[in-house]
Amino acid sequence: MSHALPRALLAAALLFPPAYTAAEIAVPPLKARVTDLTATLTSDQRAALEQKLAALEARKGSQVAVLLVPTTQPETVEQYAIRVFDQWKLGRKGMDDGVLLLVAKNDRKLRIEVGYGLEGAIPDAIAKRVMDEDIAPLFKQGNFYGGISAGTDRVSKLIEGELMPPPRRTAAPGSGWSTETLFIGFIILAMASQLLHSLLGRFLGAGVAGIAAGIVGYVLAGVAAAAIIGLIAFVISLFVGATGRRGIGWSSGGNWSSSGGSWSSGGGGFSGGGGSSGGGGASGSW
Amino acid sequence: MRRFVMTVLVAATVLLSGCGYNTLQRTDEQIKAAWAEVVNQYQRRSDLIPNLVNTVKGFAAQEQAVLLGVTNARAKVGTIQATPELINDPQAFTRFQQAQGELSSALSRLMVVVERYPQLKSDQNFRDLQAQLEGTENRIAVARNRYIKAVQEYNVVVRSFPSNLTAMLFSFREKPQFTVENEKEISKAPKVDFGTPAPQSPGGAPNGTK
Repeated sequence: MSHALPRALLAAALLFPPAYTAAEIAVPPLKARVTDLTATLTSDQRAALEQKLAALEARKGSQVAVLLVPTTQPETVEQYAIRVFDQWKLGRKGMDDGVLLLVAKNDRKLRIEVGYGLEGAIPDAIAKRVMDEDIAPLFKQGNFYGGISAGTDRVSKLIEGELMPPPRRTAAPGSGWSTETLFIGFIILAMASQLLHSLLGRFLGAGVAGIAAGIVGYVLAGVAAAAIIGLIAFVISLFVGATGRRGIGWSSGGNWSSSGGSWSSGGGGFSGGGGSSGGGGASGSW
Repeated sequence: MRRFVMTVLVAATVLLSGCGYNTLQRTDEQIKAAWAEVVNQYQRRSDLIPNLVNTVKGFAAQEQAVLLGVTNARAKVGTIQATPELINDPQAFTRFQQAQGELSSALSRLMVVVERYPQLKSDQNFRDLQAQLEGTENRIAVARNRYIKAVQEYNVVVRSFPSNLTAMLFSFREKPQFTVENEKEISKAPKVDFGTPAPQSPGGAPNGTK
């Protein structure tokens, strides 16, 4: 009985997530290029589409994804599409070369959402034609796989015709070294240097500071950056603590994990490259 | 001495980030970017209109009133300079919004009229233009949405403690939000009247064509 209230509160919290999302269809997590929530495509068909889209990304770097949902109500297909795009971040960061083909099966609504970077390759009028000429006729016959396949093929062809920088292997999602981070890092380094100098002597202390900074750099940015950061830290540390005073109470000193950088796990599967869309593309129905 | 300088530096960083000064700057800048996108998309719509009007004229020249309405509304939009200062002037902001709203309703009247001309509707050139117009309207909606979110974020910073003190000190004011004045108008489904030539709605809706 005494547990009743907490339990009720927990149930309420689970039942009523933040109000503004309550009525809207949730955006599914991006795990693959083809996401089918309607069980329309067979696994073979999905694999075939995946393969084609992966090949496109390998050639051109552009990300094309397909999403089938039963419905987007109460939102319009446009509103839902932009939310999906915002969350999935299709296309490379800065290039914004992503395309989303959204099918709302029960609403009989379609949308091709085009990232900023591809608005030239796939203008609205062309996106509309892709839908009206390639996708809708096959959808009308109930051939969903055929329609999606034809649609993505034509979109791929349009992207192929666009001049774009080749795909990069090393995906480095903006590690965002803000000046603030660097500044705070510098201060922490200065503090730690004084502590290390008083404990280990100037040269050795600077060496330790450099290595420690290098390790942090490695975790946050990678090998090349680590070497540079370590070297810089060593030099700074050598001069910052030049006076080498003893007995300063920096007992709670260096907290190296301060610059809570977030980096993508980069594990298998498919993830958006950080692109965005401003609502370009076209909608249609069948 | 060194310690003193360092303490001041640390204090300045912590205080300035803590009191929201940087957040104010960042969100203010975000608003400017979002606003630029809004203006950009409205401009895109304006640029589309001459072509659209000409194409419709080729098939439906007798719809003088509606076509004139669109042209006039576009001209009116063009007289309002959408400078970045506009977002700091609530009155000018309202005027801008009103003019764009009138153009929106003039355009939607045109699109209703167009339904009567099957030949026009099957014209590929017109269909492309229509797709572009739809795409632009959607872009406007997205840009407005992002502006609304940017302003919301900024206004929360300006109004909440302790950043409101900083905002006061550096005279950051609340920014006007897009209001949905024509809420009634847009929540009503567009009226499609078959046959009768004058699309004058009895409810006294602001028509703007005269």
